[in-house]
Amino acid sequence: MTLDSKIPSGPLKDKWEKYKFEMKLVNAANKRKYKAIVVGTGLAGASAAASLAELGYVVEAFTYNDSPRRAHSIAAQGGINAAKNYPNDGDSIWRLFYDTIKGGDFRAREANVYRLAQVSNNIIDQCVAQGVPFAREYGGLLDNRSFGGAQVSRTFYARGQTGQQLLLGAYSALSRAIGKKQVTMHVRKEMLDLAIIDGKARGIVTRDLVNGKIESFWADAVILATGGYGNVFFLSTNAQACNVTASYRAYKKGALFANPCFTQIHPTCIPLSGEHQSKLTLMSESLRNDGRIWVPKNKGDKRRPNEIPEEDRDYYLERKYPSYGNLAPRDISSRSAKEVCDEGRGVSATGFGVYLDFADSIKRLGKKVIEERYGNLFEMYERIVGEDPYTTPMMIYPASHYAMGGLWVDYNLMSTIPGLHVLGEANFSDHGANRLGASALMQGLADGYFVIPYTIGDYFAKNKFDKVTTDHPEFKKVEAEVVEKTNKLLSIKGKKTPTMFHRELGKVMWEYCGMGRNEAGLKKALELVPKIREEFWQNLTITGEGNDLNISLEKAGRVADFLEFAEVLLWDALERDESCGAHFREEHQYPDGEAKRDDEHFAHVAAWEYTGVGKKPNRHTEPLVFENVQLAVRSYK
Amino acid sequence: MRLTLYIWRQNNAYDKGRMEKHQVNDVLEDMSFLEMLDVLNEKLILEGKEPVAFDHDCREGICGACSLTINGIPHGHEKATTTCQLHMRKFKDGDSIYIEPFRAKAFPVIKDLIVDRTAFDRIMQAGGFISINTGNAPEANGLPVSKKNADLSMDAAACIGCGACVAACPNGAAMLFVSAKVSQFALLPQGQPERKKRVLAMVNQMEKEGFGACTNFYECEAACPKQISVRFIAMMNRDYLCSRVTEPVEV
Ligand SMILES: Cc1cc2nc3c(=O)[nH]c(=O)nc-3n(C[C@H](O)[C@H](O)[C@H](O)COP(=O)(O)OP(=O)(O)OC[C@H]3O[C@@H](n4cnc5c(N)ncnc54)[C@H](O)[C@@H]3O)c2cc1C
Ligand code: FES
Repeated sequence: MTLDSKIPSGPLKDKWEKYKFEMKLVNAANKRKYKAIVVGTGLAGASAAASLAELGYVVEAFTYNDSPRRAHSIAAQGGINAAKNYPNDGDSIWRLFYDTIKGGDFRAREANVYRLAQVSNNIIDQCVAQGVPFAREYGGLLDNRSFGGAQVSRTFYARGQTGQQLLLGAYSALSRAIGKKQVTMHVRKEMLDLAIIDGKARGIVTRDLVNGKIESFWADAVILATGGYGNVFFLSTNAQACNVTASYRAYKKGALFANPCFTQIHPTCIPLSGEHQSKLTLMSESLRNDGRIWVPKNKGDKRRPNEIPEEDRDYYLERKYPSYGNLAPRDISSRSAKEVCDEGRGVSATGFGVYLDFADSIKRLGKKVIEERYGNLFEMYERIVGEDPYTTPMMIYPASHYAMGGLWVDYNLMSTIPGLHVLGEANFSDHGANRLGASALMQGLADGYFVIPYTIGDYFAKNKFDKVTTDHPEFKKVEAEVVEKTNKLLSIKGKKTPTMFHRELGKVMWEYCGMGRNEAGLKKALELVPKIREEFWQNLTITGEGNDLNISLEKAGRVADFLEFAEVLLWDALERDESCGAHFREEHQYPDGEAKRDDEHFAHVAAWEYTGVGKKPNRHTEPLVFENVQLAVRSYK
Repeated sequence: MRLTLYIWRQNNAYDKGRMEKHQVNDVLEDMSFLEMLDVLNEKLILEGKEPVAFDHDCREGICGACSLTINGIPHGHEKATTTCQLHMRKFKDGDSIYIEPFRAKAFPVIKDLIVDRTAFDRIMQAGGFISINTGNAPEANGLPVSKKNADLSMDAAACIGCGACVAACPNGAAMLFVSAKVSQFALLPQGQPERKKRVLAMVNQMEKEGFGACTNFYECEAACPKQISVRFIAMMNRDYLCSRVTEPVEV
C-alpha cells in the first residue's frame, strides 16, 4: 500500500494558500444537501461541528458525555501556542513551525506543521472574539508566557484553565448552532462502530448509554474527533472515560493506525500514592516557568526538603541543559526524572518523585504573583497531597499524558478510508514523536476551525454520494455485530472486573513500554498482553443488563478494545528500532543518555494495517521528506 | 478507616428509589471520595450486584460531571471542592455518610446518583454565546480589555456547570449558573452587541426549564466549588431589568 499524503506542491509557505485556491468548492445552496457526522465534541469536534454548521452543512454530533462541555479538553491547564509575536521576542510562523518539527524530533510532516503554525494566529483571534477571557496585561492587551521546548513567550492562557475556556468557547459556538437547529446533538451516546458502504465511510453505530439502545446514523462523511488513548496505561492524566474504541473500530475497518508507540509521558504529575488510585493528576507544565526541579545530591537523603541545603541539592535539568534548564522538552524532563529516581535519589513515599520548588520565585516575585499565576494549581495540589506548595516544594513524577500517534491522515485530515476524517488528538499528524506544551489545544482548534471546513468541502465536491439510509444491509450487519459483542461481554460471568483487567494491562504497558523501552521487554509484553486478553474473554464479570445504563458494561467494552490495541502499540515500539522523541529505545542512546535517532532507516511514519485479532498487523511506511529544515541532533543543552 | 454509607439507589427515572446501606472497610486517607466509591463498586460487581452509577470524568474538579450530595451538601462539606477532589482524610473512622444525587426539579434522576442536567445546555443554546462565525474574527489585540474586567470576566467564566448551585438552593434556582455566563460576556467589549438579547433569552429559557426563583438565600455561592460570587446575580438582575424595559421581548 502506498500512503499518499496529498501534500500540495510548491514552496512550503504557499502550500496551504495553493490548496485553498485549487480545492473544489461546494456551492452555498448545495451545502445543506451534505451531512457530516462528528463523533466527539472536545476542542476538535466542537469547533468542527460549529464551523461546518455555520457553512451550511447538516451536522450530527455525538459524545458519550452528558454535555459537550465535559469533554476531556476541559482539563487542559497551561495554555495554547500561537505565533503572534506580541512580546516582540523574535517569534514568527517559521519559528513556531521549526520548534514544533524539532520538538517532535523530526518525525512529523513539514507541510502539516507549517499549516498549523500559519493558522495558529487565527485561532487566538477567533477565541477572543468568542469571549474567551485570556489573561491580559495592565494595558488591556493579551499576556503571554513561555512553555517547554521554546525560547520565546508564545503561550496564551486563561489562568490555569485554558482548556476549559477554549472548550467553553467552542461549546458556545456549538450551542448556538444547536439552538439554530443546524446541529443535532446526541449526548450520552457512544460510537461503537463504523459503517462503510461502497468503500466510503457512511455512518456509525452507537449505543445509547441511558437505555442501551443500539442505533445507526448515516452521513456523507464521518469525522472522528475522539481524543487520545493515553489510558492504555490505565493510570494517566486523561479523563476516566477517554478510550481508543472509536479509532480502534475504524482501524479494524481498514483505517491505518500511525505511530501508536509515540505516547507522551508528562514530567509534572502528582506521584502515585497507592493501588486504589484511578488517575494521575497533572500539574501544568507552566509551573516549570517559575519552579526549579531538584533531588537530593546523595542517595537516601531522608531530610525534609527545606532542611536540605543548596550544596546538597541537584538541580539536574539546569545542570544538564543550561540553556533550556527547567524548560527542557517533556520527554527529556521525564526521562531525567526517571534516571535520578532509578539512581535511588527520588523523593516521596514511593521513591518515585522529584521536587518542584517555588521558593526562589516567591522570593523574587512575591507570593502574590505566584498565586496569580498558579493559584488554582497550588490549591489542587494541596487538596490531593495535603501539603502547602507555597512553603513545601511540590513533589512530581512523570505520567502517561498524550498520544502523538493516532489514525493516519493525509493533508486533508482524511484517513485511508474515504470519507473518514480524523481531527485533534485522535489523528497522528502534527506532533511527530513528541508534542510541545500548549500545542495540542492549538492543533485541535486548527483542525476543527480552520482545516476541516475547507478539506471536507473538497471531498464532498469531488465525490458522488448514492443515497443511503440506516435500512441499508451494512448498517444492519454492523448493528448485529455490536449486539453480539455486548451480549458476549454480559455472558462470560467470570471472576474479575473490567477495572482489574485494565489495571493489569496498564502495569504491563507502563513497565515495558513506558518511559524506556527495549527489545526484550517489548517481546515480553507481546507475550503478556495476549494472555490478559484471553483471560478477559473467559473470566470477566459484569453485572446488570444491556438495555439499561450499565457502567460496568461501558467500561468492559472499552477495556476489550484497549487489550487488542495495546498489541499494535507494542509492535510499533518494537519495530521502530531507534530512539526518537518520546519513544526511547534504551539500545539507542548517546553516551550522555540522549535519544539517538536513526534517520537513515526510520525517517518515516509507520502506519499499521489490521490483519486479525492477535495477529501481527502489517506495517506500511510514509517516508518523511524534509526540504526546509535540516535534520539535526535535537539539542537543548 | 471503616465507613457506613447510605446511598441513594434508583433504577430509572420512573422508579421511586430508596436508600441502601453499605459497609466499606480499608478506606485510605489518600483516596478521593470517588475512589472510595470505586472500591465499593468493585466489591459489588464481584458479589454479582450492580455497581452504584454516578457521573464523573476528569476527576480534577474541572469537567463538572461529578455531582453527589454528601451528607446533605452538594459536593460535601469541604469548601470550594468538587466531589472528585474531596479526599477521605476529611472524614473520620466510623463515620456514616449519606450520598444522594443533586436534587432539583429541573434535574430528573436518570439512575442512582446520575441526574439529567441538559437543562443547562438548553439555556446555553438559547443565548450563551457571542454570535461570531468562524473566520470572522478581527485581530485579537485590536480591542483592549481592562485587566480588571478581564479578570472579573474570568472569575465568572470559571463556572464548571456542575449544578451544585441549583441543588443547594431551596428553590432550585439556576441564577448563579446563568448569571455567571451572562456576566462573563457582559464584562467584555465583545459581548456588548448582544448583551440585552442574551440576558432575556437565557433567563426566559431558565424559567421554561422549571428552575425556581431566587429569593436571596445565597446557598448557591456557599456550595459552588469554584466560588462564583452572588455579585454576578445582582449584575444580571440589573441587566435583565434594564433589557426588559428597552428591548422588545422575543419569546
Ligand atoms: C490534564 C491535561 C492537561 C493538558 N494541558 C494542555 C495544555 O495546557 N495545552 C495543550 O495544548 N494541551 C494540553 N493537553 C492536551 C489536550 O487537552 C488534548 O490533547 C486535547 O484537548 C484533545 O482534544 P480533542 O478534541 O482531540 O479530544 P477530547 O477533548 O479528548 O474529546 C474527545 C471527545 O470525543 C468523545 N468520544 C470519544 N470516543 C467516543 C465514542 N466512541 N463515542 C462518542 N463520543 C466519543 C468524547 O465524549 C469527547 O467529546 C492537556 C491534557 C491533559 C490530560
Ligand atoms: S469528575 Fe470532573 S469535576 Fe469532578
